[in-house]
This record gives sequence, C-alpha cells and structure tokens, in this order.
Amino acid sequence: MSQTDFSVRVASVTPVAETIKRFRFERVDGEALPIFSGGAHIVVSMKDGSVTRRNAYSLMSDPADPSGYEISVAKAEESRGGSVFMHEKVKVGDVLTISAPVNLFSPDWRGRKHILIAGGIGITPFMSMMAQFDKAGVAFELHYAVRERARGAYLEDLVARYGSARVKTYVSEEGTRIPLEDILTRQPLGTHLYVCGPDRLIAGVLDAGRDAGWPDYNLHAEHFLTPPPGKPFSVELTRSGKTVAVGEHESILEALEAAGVDAPYLCRGGACGQCETGVAACEGILLHNDLFLSDDEKASGKKIMICVSRFEGQRVALEL
Amino acid sequence: MLVEPIKSRPVYKGITVDPRARRHIFVLEGEGANALLEQKDKLTPAILAETDILYVARGSVGRGYEEALAALDAGSDWTAPTVETLLFRLKVVLGSADMGTRLYIAGTEGFIGQAMQIALDAGMDYSAIPTEHRGSLARRVQCVHCKGITENVTTSPFTCTHCGLSLFVRDHYSRRIGAFQGVIIDAEEPGNVPEPEELYL
Ligand code: FES
Repeated sequence: MSQTDFSVRVASVTPVAETIKRFRFERVDGEALPIFSGGAHIVVSMKDGSVTRRNAYSLMSDPADPSGYEISVAKAEESRGGSVFMHEKVKVGDVLTISAPVNLFSPDWRGRKHILIAGGIGITPFMSMMAQFDKAGVAFELHYAVRERARGAYLEDLVARYGSARVKTYVSEEGTRIPLEDILTRQPLGTHLYVCGPDRLIAGVLDAGRDAGWPDYNLHAEHFLTPPPGKPFSVELTRSGKTVAVGEHESILEALEAAGVDAPYLCRGGACGQCETGVAACEGILLHNDLFLSDDEKASGKKIMICVSRFEGQRVALEL
Repeated sequence: MLVEPIKSRPVYKGITVDPRARRHIFVLEGEGANALLEQKDKLTPAILAETDILYVARGSVGRGYEEALAALDAGSDWTAPTVETLLFRLKVVLGSADMGTRLYIAGTEGFIGQAMQIALDAGMDYSAIPTEHRGSLARRVQCVHCKGITENVTTSPFTCTHCGLSLFVRDHYSRRIGAFQGVIIDAEEPGNVPEPEELYL
C-alpha cells in the first residue's frame, strides 16, 4: 500500500440493476476521505487468492461528501476477474485498498453548458459531475442510453433528481436512440460535450461532433479499456535486471506488480499516458492497444503503454 | 535590453478553412483580407454560402480589399467603418452562434487581440480560433502604470498617450486585454531615455 492509498471497509453493497451493484467504502480508521472532483476515479486493489487485481472505477458519490466513496460495478461479460470478484466475493465489512482519487475526465469549468452522453455503466463519472454542476448552478443535459431497461442503472433516480428537462433516457430495446444530430446542432457557443461508455458509442459521438462542426477542444471522452488477453510472453527489465513472465489474462503492468516491480500508472486503461515505458530491445511485434501514443510513436517501436499493450515474438526488453 | 525574451507572445498559426464547420465567420482587418482571399480554391460554393465576412480597412494598406471580398459572393459580407463597430457587430453575431461555428481572425496583432477577447467572452476557446497575423507589426500596448492603452506603437521606448511616461515595450502579452505591456524606462534616472528604435513596423 502506498502513501496515497487508503484502507477502506465495504459499508454497503446494493444491487442497482441486473448485473450492476453499488459499493460504498468508508475508511477503516474512520477519518475523512479526500474531497474529489466530478469525473474522478479510484483504483481498487482486490486480493483474489495469490493475485492482486487493480481496477479503476469512477466515483459516483457526491464529490463534497468525504464520509465515503461510492462506485458502481457492472459485471463484465468477458471479465478478467475484477468485476466478477467485486460481484461475487466482496461483502459488507470486507477491507479493501483504494487509491486516492485521480481525475482524468474533469469537466472544463469554463464551459457555459455541458452535454453528457452516457452508454450503460458509462453513467458513473457523470453522477458525480452532475452533483457538482447542479450545486454550482451550471447548465447541463444528460443523454443516457441503455440496452434494456432492466440493466439500466439509476434511470428513474436521475430523472427524479434532476428533472426530465435535463435528463433524457433512451432504451435501445424499446427503439429509442440518442438524437445526436439534433443535440449537436443546437448548442450555444461555449458548450462542452463528454461521452463515456462502450467504444462504439464513443467513436460515434466524437465523429458526429466533428461532423457537426464542433472543435476538438470541446469534445471529451472517457474510455473504459480493459487490458485484452493474449499469448503469454516474458519481458526483460534493463534497470532491475529482472525477467518477468506475463500470463495470458494479465497485463504487463499487473505482471510487474506481482513481481514486486513498481511501475507508474493512473488509469490502467491506456488513456492517460502515465505508464509509458521505453522499449530497449524488441525482436517481434509490440501489440499496441492504447489510445495514448500517436501512430508514429507506435510505429517507432520505442515506447509501450504497459497497462494494456502486449508483445508477441522472441524477446522484448523494457527500460524499467 | 529593449527586447526581452518572454514567452507569453501569442502564436498565430495561420488560417485554413475547416470544411467540417457548418458556419464560418471571418473577421478581417486591412491586409488580413488576404488570409481569406488566398484560399479561394478551398472555398466551395457550399462553404461560401455559410460564410460571413466582417471586414474593416483601417490604415493605408487596406485599400482595394473591399471589392475583392465582395467578389467572393459569401453568404454575407460587411465592411465596418471602424474597428469598434466591427467588434460590436461580432459580439451580436456570436451571441446567436452555435457550436458548429468557426471564427477566423486575421489582421494586426492588436486587432486579433481585441476580436479574440470578444470571442472568449462569447464562450469560445482560444485554441479553437484560427488566427493569422497580417499587416503592420505595430503593437497595442497597455501602460502598466496608468492602464491606458496606446494603439499602433511601432517604437520602443514610446511615450504613453495617456500619462506621458516613457515606456519600453515588453514581449509580455495579455490575452485578456489583447495588449502588450509598457513599463517605465527611466524610473531610476528620470529623463534618461534611450533613443526610440523602430522595432514593430
Ligand atoms: S496507466 Fe494510463 S495509459 Fe497506462
């Protein structure tokens, strides 16, 4: 546990919708948690037998409430264990380690108006943002799409809390869809747009925004990338002199942590750039899965984002 | 000593029409008209139909552009008598503009700064506004002592038109007021003012 980590007790576990549960964490020592800003996430460390899993989850409680943090976890269909562990193993009273909040999806507070577009569990970062917007009297609109009503978390709660003028919900099974074009073509100058959810939704919304003439500067996205599995391989570390085996369902970062090698990270999802690592030698191909490096950087073979990217081939050495 | 290497100077990257914007507002001063005229080949009829031109001649170098701009046959084309009237019109236009609007500014540094300020007040972001520096290098300078703004400063030091102090022009630029900073040069030895140099013609 590093200095910025907190030991927390699970204060409650609440089923919210089919396959979605909400967890509330309070500090074991009873102290206050740091106040955060809307859009922030924490990394939850889970001891699952001999492996430690670390997953990033957006905080969805009121940012001004330091008595506890709340997250909502959707049980991923092809989960690598993290969300299944949270769903099946974590009970009220359990003690977990969480990181201090980090915000990689902060709203632009100079914005005059904020359009939030959420797909499925991508709603969570917006819950804390909306609490802040509402308190500050900042204009916002939420457009929230789910596949089926039974799996939609907080659909009614949000409408009840913020009103149907500000919260619009769409259920694809019922044939209602986000009217993107209409939304994008009637926003005043100074509007910012944020999208969080499945990759397809994010790509579609960003494209539609650019097609509607929005400057890139006003379009923001939070991707939830999970490290994809792949063939096992091993990495040589030039600084520590170690060689670490990376398993099929493990990222390089996770393998390093398990081997006691400290590597920096923030998002663990290929977006923030924190885990960028120099490649000292590579006989084979780097499988870049991140959203951070430019195409040129990827092609150069000199850098890798170890939280999501992999390797296939004879030998790879990292500057760690 | 008259020129300090301070890095707050704005960078004007130049203007290229963004074909994805649904409306284009060109705000041009004097030779800034060329920033638009030189892109004729990119201006399709569809883009031109959604283009508004706000132009002000100002100064001796701005002659002849009015006709050339009119010949583009843009959606709207207006020549303002003064910079102030142009800025006022810009404010009104941006007040009803939406997120698909791109604003382009070209002209002298002082003009760009003033138009930029209107745009920022309208909620636009600096980074989303293409700018191009055309024409004189004359600076708009704010006296840090009396806060008065002197337009068209081409020398350093110069005499503040408001309080009469001898000011040297720093490279320090304020985006908020769209002006460089002028600081008293003879504070230690009043009257000891170096010869003005023509630096910003
Ligand atoms: S930790 Fe953020 S990109 Fe790897």
